[in-house]
Amino acid sequence: MRRAVLGVGRAAAWRIRAGAESGQQRQRSPPLSPVPAPPPPAFRFVSRPGPAGSESETVEQSPPQSPGPGKAGDAPNRRSGHVRGARVLSPPGRRAHLSSPGPSSSSEAREELRRRLRELIERSRVMIFSKSYCPHSTRVKELFSSLGVECNVLELDQVDDGAKIQEVLSEITNQKTVPNVFVNKVHVGGCDQTFQAYQSGLLQKLLEEESAYDYDLIIVGGGSGGLSCAKEAAILGKKVMVLDFVVPSPQGTSWGLGGTCVNVGCIPKKLMHQAALLGQALCDSRKFGWEYDQQVKHNWETMTKAIQNHISSLNWGYRLSLREKAVAYVNSYGEFVEHHKIKATNKKGQETYYTAAQFVIATGERPRYLGIQGDKEYCITSDDLFSLPYCPGKTLVVGASYVALECAGFLAGFGLDVTVMVRSILLRGFDQEMAEKVGSYMEQHGVKFLRKFIPVMIQQLEKGSPGKLKVLAKSTEGTETIEGVYNTVLLAIGRDSCTRKIGLEKIGVKINEKSGKIPVNDVEQTSVPYVYAVGDILEGRPELTPVAIQSGKLLARRLFGASLEKCDYINVPTTVFTPLEYGCCGLAEEKAIEVYKKENLEIYHTLFWPLEWTVAGRENNTCYAKIICNKLDHDRVIGFHILGPNAGEVTQGFAAAMKCGLTKQLLDDTIGIHPTCGEVGNRRF
Amino acid sequence: GPLRWPTDIPSHLSSLLSAGQRDYDLLVIGGGSGGLACAKEAAQLGRKVAVVDYVEPSPRGTRWGLGGTCVNVGCIPKKLMHQAALLGGLIRDAPHYGWEVAQPVPHDWRKMAEAVQNHVKSLNWGHRVQLQDRKVKYFNIKASFVDEHTVCGVAKGGKEILLSADHIIIATGGRPRYPTHIEGALEYGITSDDIFWLKESPGKTLVVGASYVALECAGFLTGIGLDATVMIRSIPLRGFDQQMSSMVIEHMASHGTQFLRGCAPSRVRRLPDGHLQVTWEDRTTGKEDTGTFDTVLWAIGRVPDTRSLNLEKAGVDTSPDTQKILVDSREGTSVPHIYAIGDVVEGRPELTPTAIMAGRLLVQRLFGGSSDLMDYDNVPTTVFTPLEYGCVGLSEEEAVARHGQEHVEVYHAHYKPLEFTVAGRDASQCYVKMVCLREPPQLVLGLHFLGPNAGEVTQGFALGIKCGASYAQVMRTVGIHPTCSEEVVKLRISKRSGLDPTVTGC
Repeated sequence: MRRAVLGVGRAAAWRIRAGAESGQQRQRSPPLSPVPAPPPPAFRFVSRPGPAGSESETVEQSPPQSPGPGKAGDAPNRRSGHVRGARVLSPPGRRAHLSSPGPSSSSEAREELRRRLRELIERSRVMIFSKSYCPHSTRVKELFSSLGVECNVLELDQVDDGAKIQEVLSEITNQKTVPNVFVNKVHVGGCDQTFQAYQSGLLQKLLEEESAYDYDLIIVGGGSGGLSCAKEAAILGKKVMVLDFVVPSPQGTSWGLGGTCVNVGCIPKKLMHQAALLGQALCDSRKFGWEYDQQVKHNWETMTKAIQNHISSLNWGYRLSLREKAVAYVNSYGEFVEHHKIKATNKKGQETYYTAAQFVIATGERPRYLGIQGDKEYCITSDDLFSLPYCPGKTLVVGASYVALECAGFLAGFGLDVTVMVRSILLRGFDQEMAEKVGSYMEQHGVKFLRKFIPVMIQQLEKGSPGKLKVLAKSTEGTETIEGVYNTVLLAIGRDSCTRKIGLEKIGVKINEKSGKIPVNDVEQTSVPYVYAVGDILEGRPELTPVAIQSGKLLARRLFGASLEKCDYINVPTTVFTPLEYGCCGLAEEKAIEVYKKENLEIYHTLFWPLEWTVAGRENNTCYAKIICNKLDHDRVIGFHILGPNAGEVTQGFAAAMKCGLTKQLLDDTIGIHPTCGEVGNRRF
Repeated sequence: GPLRWPTDIPSHLSSLLSAGQRDYDLLVIGGGSGGLACAKEAAQLGRKVAVVDYVEPSPRGTRWGLGGTCVNVGCIPKKLMHQAALLGGLIRDAPHYGWEVAQPVPHDWRKMAEAVQNHVKSLNWGHRVQLQDRKVKYFNIKASFVDEHTVCGVAKGGKEILLSADHIIIATGGRPRYPTHIEGALEYGITSDDIFWLKESPGKTLVVGASYVALECAGFLTGIGLDATVMIRSIPLRGFDQQMSSMVIEHMASHGTQFLRGCAPSRVRRLPDGHLQVTWEDRTTGKEDTGTFDTVLWAIGRVPDTRSLNLEKAGVDTSPDTQKILVDSREGTSVPHIYAIGDVVEGRPELTPTAIMAGRLLVQRLFGGSSDLMDYDNVPTTVFTPLEYGCVGLSEEEAVARHGQEHVEVYHAHYKPLEFTVAGRDASQCYVKMVCLREPPQLVLGLHFLGPNAGEVTQGFALGIKCGASYAQVMRTVGIHPTCSEEVVKLRISKRSGLDPTVTGC
C-alpha cells in the first residue's frame, strides 16, 4: 500500500481506488459522512489482468473510505466529506476540520459542474485552479514547471463560470482562494501549502503516487521508441502498458513486437546487406588464396529463413523483457476515444478500454504507395521484402530514399537484375555530392538507374512466385513514356506516419495535416499536455531507431522524475548501408553553405583506397571522405561524411568527437590507427 | 643545452667549418614511415633532403624495398594476411546467408603471399616515386656516422659515399630479436621479417612470444587453416589492459590456436625428416617437453637498429639497457642538430602513425617555424588478432594506479554483433569497456574495444578523448544502428554496480 509513504495517514480524500484495495477499505468501516441518494458517481474502473484474450471486468468503485479507527474525522466522501488540504500538509492539530457534510446545492447544473471538476482533478497528475493575474498562482505554476512536471491549469478568470467553479471548489476543499492545487487527486492546498509540501518532500511523494487510471503510462506502438520508453518507465516503478498491433501490409505481411527497425527495417536490411557483402567477400577471397572453383549461387529462401528466425527470436526477446519488467503488453490496435482513455481492438475485433494518466504515441510510419493503378495489388514494399518467401527476381525499385538504395544494393549483390527508378534526386536531405557517389558506385556494380521517371501503371502479366509485372512509366520532364517487365516492383518512395487513425482528433492532439507528423516541444509533448510522442512520427526529428530509443528513454525519465535531461537532436550520426556504406554526422555541404555561407567554411576531403581493396583488386579512387569546418568557430567540424567499407563503425566515434567539439586542429593532432579506413581523417586531410 | 664541442679533430672541425656548404639541409637515416614522412615534409618546405635506407637481410636472407617495417614486414602485410583469415571466417558464414559454397574451402598460401608481396612491392615503388617527385635524394646505402654532420654510406657493391647535412634525423627503427641462449634458434627459426615473404606455407607453426606480433601471426595462421601454437613464458600483451588481453587469448584458444602457457623453449633441432623439434620447459611443473613443427617463429620483442650507426662518433647517447636513442620532447638527441623518431627512440610507442606525426611535427619545427610538440598521450592502437582489440588511453590497471581505485569508474558491456547472429557465431568475447574518472563529469581515461572492425571503431573515439570527452558526452551521442560501435555509446553498467554486463535479450 503506497499510502504508507505519506506518513500522514489516509488523508487522500481524492484518491480513488479500485480492486482489492477498495475491498479492504470497505471492510474496515462504513462511510462516516452521510451519503445521500443518489449515490456518488461511480468511477468505472476497467482492469485488465493480463494481455489480450481475457475478458475485461468493470469494477464499480465504492466511495473512498475512512482509514479506520483513530482517524474518524478523515472521512472522505467524494461528494461532500472532504478533508482540507491542510490535513495532508499541516500539523496534526489542524486535521479536525471537516467540510460540510452535504451538498450545498442540489441543482442539476451545480452537480454537473462538480462532476466536471472532479473529472479534471482525477485526470490530471497536477491540477491547478488558478487566476491568470494571481502572483501566488504564478509561483505555484513555476514550481511545477521547474520540477519538469506537467500541470493542468484552469484559469478561473478566463472561463465563463469561474466564480461558480470557485464556489464549488470551496465546498469540496474548504478553501476559498486560488491557487487551489491537487496532485494525483490529493488536495494539496494553496501556494504556501504547496511550497511547504515541496520543501518537506511530500510533494514529490504525492507526485509519485498511484493514480486512479488503470495505468500510469500507456504507450501506443511497440517499436524501438515505445519499448524503450515503456521499459524505462517500468524500471522507475510505473504501471505501464504497451499497445502494439501490426496492420498487415496490402500484400498481407505482418510481424511481431518490436516495430519497424527489428522487423522490416534496420535489422533485416543490415543482415541482407551483410549477405551481399559476403558475396563480395567470396569474390575477394580467391585473391587472398581461398580456393574454390564452383560458381557460387545465392539462395534467397535460406537467407530469408535465417533472418526471419533471428527476428522471431528478437520478437520473443522483447516480449520477455516487457514481461520481466511487468509491462502489460497487449497485441491490440490502440485508438483514443476520449481524454485519458484508449480503445484497444484485438485481431478478433474485441474491444477493450484502458485509461492512463499519460500517453506516449510511438506508432511510427509505414511505406507509402503511389496511388496508381495496380500499386497496392501488385507492388511490394520494404514491409514485404524481408520475409518474401521467394526470390524477387528481376526487380524495379521505385524511389531514391535510403531504403530504395539499400534494397537495390543488396538485391544486386545477390546477383539479381535491379533497376532503380528515380523521380528527381538521390537521398534527399543527405549531402548531394555523397549521394551521387553512392549512386555511381551502385551503377558501376550493376544497378541500373532510370532517372526522372515515375510509374503510372502496374499491370500483372503473369501470376507466380515471382510473377511478371508490366510497369508503365512517364518522364517527369516531357511526354516520354517507357515500359518495362519485372518480376517484382518494390516501392520505396517514402513513409507515412500512422497518426490519422488513432483517434488523435478525439482528444485534440494536433498533427501536421499535410505530413501527418506530430509537432512536439523540446520535451516531446504534444498539443495535449498528458500526451507525448516519440520516434518517426515527430515533426522535424530524425527518423532513426537510436534517436527514438534515446528520446523514449529520456522522456520516461523526465515524466517520472528521474532526470531533467532532454533529448539532444544535434549531430545525430547515421549510416546508409548501400553496397559502399555512407556514414555521416552533422551538416550536409549544401546545408552548411546555407547556414554559414560558403566563405566561412573550409572543406577538407580525400579519396582513399582501403588496404583490403588493393589485393582484392577493387577500384581505387572510389572511397571518399570529407569534413566541413566552420572557419568562424576555430575550424569546428560541423559535418563529417565518409563513403567506404564499415562507414557505420567509423562514423560513430567521430560523432562522439563532434559532441565533444571536434576541431580540425584536434583532428590533426590525433594519431591514426594503421592501417584502417578510420585513419583517413587523421592522415589525409 | 650547450653546444657539444667535438673532441675528435679534425673531421668534426672540418664539418663544422663547412656549415652552410654541406650537401643537404636534412639527411634522414632510415626510409621507414617516420623517415619518409620527415623527408617529404622537409622537401615540401623547400629544403634539400636526402634519405638513406638499407635493409640488412634477415638471418634467413629475407630482404625488401623502401618503406621500412610497416610497409614490408609489419602493418601492411599482417593486416592483409589478417584479412585473408577474416575472409576464411566469412566463407564459413556465407552458407548461413544463402551462399551455396561447398565447405571446407582450402587455402593456398602461395597465392596469398604472392598477392600480398606484390602489393608491398607496389608500395615500395610508390615510395620511391614520391621521393623523386619531391626531389628528395634517395640512397640505398648502409649509413654510419663519421662525425656529427657526416655520414658514410656503403652501397651493396661495397662502394662508399660521404654525405653531410646540417640536420640529421635518425629513423632506423627496429628489428626482431632472436633469443641468444637457445640452441638452434638463429639457425632454424624465422621472425616477422620472414613470415610475410615465405614462398611456401609455413605449415605447422610454433610462435614463441606474447607480443602483439606473436598473437597476430598465430591468429592469421590459424585463420587460414594452419596448425598454430603460441608459447608464452609469462603474460600476454604486456602493457595492454590485462582483462582485454586475456579475452583476446580466450577467443583465439576457442578458435583453434593452441597455447603453451608458462613455457620457455630451450632448443630447436632439425630432425632427419626436415621437421623442427622444439624442446621446452614448463616453468610451473619444471618438466621438459618436446613438439615437432614445420616452422618456429620468434616474436619475443624487437631491438633498435642502432648498432651499425656508429652513434658514438657523433656523440648520440643511447640507453645502456635498450640501446634505444635518448631524446627530449623535441625529439632532440644529445647532439643538438641530430634528432631521432620512431621505434629507434627510447620510451615511444612503436607505431607507424606516431612516427609519421612525430616526424612531420619535427620537420615543421626545424624548417616551418612551428613550435608544436608531439603529444604522445592517448595514442590509439589496434591489435589485429582474429577478434580485433582496439584501445586508446589508459588501461584499467594504469588508471587505477594513477588515480586510485576509488576514483575510477569502469563502464562495460558484452555485446553480440548483429552479423554474428545469423552466422551462428559465438560472441562471448565481444566486449567493450570505458575507463573514466569517477568524479563528474567523468572524464574518459581509456576505451577498450574487442570485436570486429575494432580499428575502425576506435579511431573516432580516440578523437573524442583528444577533445576531452566525458562519459556524459559519449552517452549523449546517438548510436548508429545496427553497428558494433554503437555499443560504446550505450555503456550504462559500471563494474562497481556489480550488475551483469552480458547481453540480455536485446
